[in-house]
Amino acid sequence: MAKEAVEGELNIDPMHQFDIKYFFDIDLGIANMGFTNSALFAFIAVAAIVVFLWTAVSGHSLVPSRMQSVAEGIYEFVRNMVRDTAGDEALKYFPYIFTVFIFILACNLIGMIPYSFTVTSHFAVTVFLALSVFISVTVIGFLKHGTHFFSFFWPAQAPPALRPILCIIEVISYLARPISHSIRLGANMMAGHAVLKVIGAFAGASALLVVPSIVGVVGLTALEVLVAVLQAYVFTILTCVYLNDALNLH
Amino acid sequence: MATENTSLAEGAADAAAHSSGGMPQLDFSTWASQIFWTALALFVLYKILNGSILPKISGALEDRHNAIADDLDKAAELKKQAEDAEAAHAAALASAKADANKIIAETQAEIDAELAAASAEAEAEIAARTAESEARIGEVRATAATNAKAIATDTAQAIIDKLAPGLADKSSIEAAVARALSASGVAK
Repeated sequence: MAKEAVEGELNIDPMHQFDIKYFFDIDLGIANMGFTNSALFAFIAVAAIVVFLWTAVSGHSLVPSRMQSVAEGIYEFVRNMVRDTAGDEALKYFPYIFTVFIFILACNLIGMIPYSFTVTSHFAVTVFLALSVFISVTVIGFLKHGTHFFSFFWPAQAPPALRPILCIIEVISYLARPISHSIRLGANMMAGHAVLKVIGAFAGASALLVVPSIVGVVGLTALEVLVAVLQAYVFTILTCVYLNDALNLH
Repeated sequence: MATENTSLAEGAADAAAHSSGGMPQLDFSTWASQIFWTALALFVLYKILNGSILPKISGALEDRHNAIADDLDKAAELKKQAEDAEAAHAAALASAKADANKIIAETQAEIDAELAAASAEAEAEIAARTAESEARIGEVRATAATNAKAIATDTAQAIIDKLAPGLADKSSIEAAVARALSASGVAK
């Protein structure tokens, strides 16, 4: 790492904030499963969600308190998203989709706190999330439709000559789903934080840049909060779309 | 330095990755740990949410939904009751009006009948009395005529007896009186 920053010189290391730091090691030989800052912030996110939602619902009144309204708003928002996108049948998967949504949302938003760590800025996490969706959805598709699920890749309405080619394209695009699904979230979070870091670092380079840098960081922070919420939403609605494809085969 | 915090096992690889200024995201040595702990965190979160929090939220929403539906039902029922009451009121009013009209009509008919009977009776009495009066008038007239004849005859006989005694012829006097009376219109 470029630790020895020279005074007054533009020395930016925007990727440093993404370093994985081990608090302790659990060496299994093939991999170190040690507890890291990423794991810490994942559990901070879980704790924050549980504390927030638990406080919100513990009152449980007919006329909701403010926090209860927020919790119910998020609940109904995700529930409506699942039902509108994937139909009533998909509602049995709602708890997992809600969990994924609120986990990503919490990780993204906690990542906006200075000196915190953004769990979702790592592809390991987003690939895991996207692959679990991809594998679950594929399994659900096969469980529901059996081998008929393959018809999903066969464009029966297309001209006969084009069908094999389109079929290959369909398969490739299906297999590309977890890649775009995970990179979209991870890259958005990473890029946003890296840009914030770069703009912020300008302030250290020259006294003239301090004010524009602060203005830029404030504006970008607002934008990043929006992106944090939006990417959680995008990830979740894509999950619903994939689930809809598996359940209803277009 | 990041290398201080990374494990000894991956120390060399990490140092290489980091010193090259690469992305920590592409340091695959940390993937297993990240995935494991993320999966664990997600599992724990899923268990807590699915186990108690989500049912609580859906319960609260359902309770509210039911309460609103109940209130709406109650309101609809009360509205129906109000409408029924209004209809009953209108029906009562209508039947009362009909009764009143009936009573008025009956009373009117009764009065008319009584009136007709009374006037018929009165007319009959008038007719009877008229007839009676006429009879009496006729009687009086007949009596008067007879008396007048007798008086005239007696008077005429007395006058003749005084003027020319013995000349009086009763039947010719009577005929002359009857002639004079009928000429004056007293007797027919």
